[in-house]
Amino acid sequence: MSMKKEKPQGRILVQFFPSLANLASRGLAGWAILIGAAIVAVMAVMTVVAPWISPYNPIAINVGPLLSPPSSEFPLGTNHLGQDMLSRVYSGGAIMFQVAVLSVIVCLAVGVPIGLFASYVGGYTDKAASLVMDSIYAFPGLVLAIAIAAMLGPGVVNMALSIAVVYVPSYFRIIRSQVLTIKELPYVEAAQMMGAKSRNTLFSYILPNVIPSIVAIATINFADAILTAAGLTFVGLGLPVSTPDWGWDLTYGRRLLPSGAWWVIAFPGLMVVLLALGFTLMGEGLSELFNPRLQK
Amino acid sequence: MPLLDIESLVVNYRTLRANVKAVDRVSLSMERGYTLGLVGESGCGKSTLGLSTVRLVPPPGKITDGHITLGEIDIINCSDEEIRKVRGKRVGYIFQDPMTSLNPVKRIGAHFVEMIHTHEPKVSEEDALKRGKEVLERLGILPERIDDFPHQFSGGMRQRVMIGLALALGPDLLIADEPTTSLDVIVEAQIIELLKELKESLKLTLILITHNIGIVAETADRVAVMYAGRIAELGETDDLFEKPMHPYTQALLNSVPNITKKGQVLSWIPGAPPDLAEPPPGCLYHPRCPHAFDRCKREEPLLMKHNGSQVACHLYDKR
Repeated sequence: MSMKKEKPQGRILVQFFPSLANLASRGLAGWAILIGAAIVAVMAVMTVVAPWISPYNPIAINVGPLLSPPSSEFPLGTNHLGQDMLSRVYSGGAIMFQVAVLSVIVCLAVGVPIGLFASYVGGYTDKAASLVMDSIYAFPGLVLAIAIAAMLGPGVVNMALSIAVVYVPSYFRIIRSQVLTIKELPYVEAAQMMGAKSRNTLFSYILPNVIPSIVAIATINFADAILTAAGLTFVGLGLPVSTPDWGWDLTYGRRLLPSGAWWVIAFPGLMVVLLALGFTLMGEGLSELFNPRLQK
Repeated sequence: MPLLDIESLVVNYRTLRANVKAVDRVSLSMERGYTLGLVGESGCGKSTLGLSTVRLVPPPGKITDGHITLGEIDIINCSDEEIRKVRGKRVGYIFQDPMTSLNPVKRIGAHFVEMIHTHEPKVSEEDALKRGKEVLERLGILPERIDDFPHQFSGGMRQRVMIGLALALGPDLLIADEPTTSLDVIVEAQIIELLKELKESLKLTLILITHNIGIVAETADRVAVMYAGRIAELGETDDLFEKPMHPYTQALLNSVPNITKKGQVLSWIPGAPPDLAEPPPGCLYHPRCPHAFDRCKREEPLLMKHNGSQVACHLYDKR
């Protein structure tokens, strides 16, 4: 990270954040991170300042005509309850962000240690952990999330937990396969030969080499968590109807689409796609960046 | 008192098919400052013997019998913590493949810091780096390259770094397990030259495991020839190369092409090493040996003194 070469394209951003110079000079990976982070940041800021920038209360009904197409007064139109879509798009991401962040944190906190430990120790520990994880993995993700959410009831934490349960096995499997490969590599053997303790071998030789995979899966998890959260809300297991949420808008929008009201589903859908794209770009870039062999 | 004393060491590999003795009753003794060349073909137990000296035989291998003492330490029976202190600090180990022996996500400096901290936790990071730089400089690598990642080095340089890491804590014994096998001949020559230099200047005690007889002739003081887990012949390098006694040693030396002799036909050893899951009775070499007689098929030859060397062959047993 000691490269300090400036490139003209990055100048403006660089003026504000000197460390971004490194990213901009890292080629495609750097730009992927920058663009991804920018999308996510804009979305996050938009969600936070939504109460101040929304022209109307996003849950107030009958603020305008029912189902009016985009116009100068309602730039993104209104839905069948006469709610302003622009205001709903501004504030509808809050819950999704919370759910996604929380579920990724839970996954990281549970999946990574189990994966690292079980596969490093091997033997029966590994077999037992693999059996549990594989049985969870055998369920279709959304169906399992729906089942768990139905048991736990609606709410941000419960949604996050049900998504986490679905994703922990993918963390486990990816980390396990990586650890199994890495722990046989000569440099791990060399570390043992130099007298490194098991703890050191695991944390300073194996873990750093697994991190790129963790970052990659975490970002895909972010993107998927957003989609699953939208899915849970879509089937009515997410949040109370009174919460402004892109998931709800998609639920209504689907029913309204046959009547030609494309705007009710299009804009929230676009936001979900954009947010997922932002996380994915960030993840792709980061996983490339963490690999020193690809650094210039 | 010898630095390293191995006494009738047996290493077993338990497999589904059979219990294979990878190392079978090997005894060796090494004085300080000596270089021992350990030669033999692939799978004859050279590396297993090397790994046994730090108790790192990979599973399912297991040391089942014998003694190893390094200085005052009983390698086979000491605690895990004690053996951990031996690894790296008392015994340095150089691996076959330098390309993958360094952690790809860490700078060379971090390797030195890690290595030194493992055994001397009180040394500050700056001091550890300083020591690393000194070692690198001695091995012909610019000290500032300590900030580079392993992938920025060539194979030969990485092997130098590995040698540097192995030597960083001044070990009593250095084990080089085929240090040049994956390098090209020119780099190989450089690395061997470097090892010879270090051996002289640091009074290193070195075990050089290799299947390259030329390297052994050049560097080793003594040579042990291994065949199918046992030592076939052990002697001073000059004696062994001038008057090889064991038929296997003779055959090995004959199969090295000699560019100074005109019209020499390259000879080879017919057959293949025995399947250790079902070893032949008597001498393990007898199916391939041109001098084999009745006794070889019945009775196993033991390693015994003959003209200053040791050889395990009935030809030299006058009983």
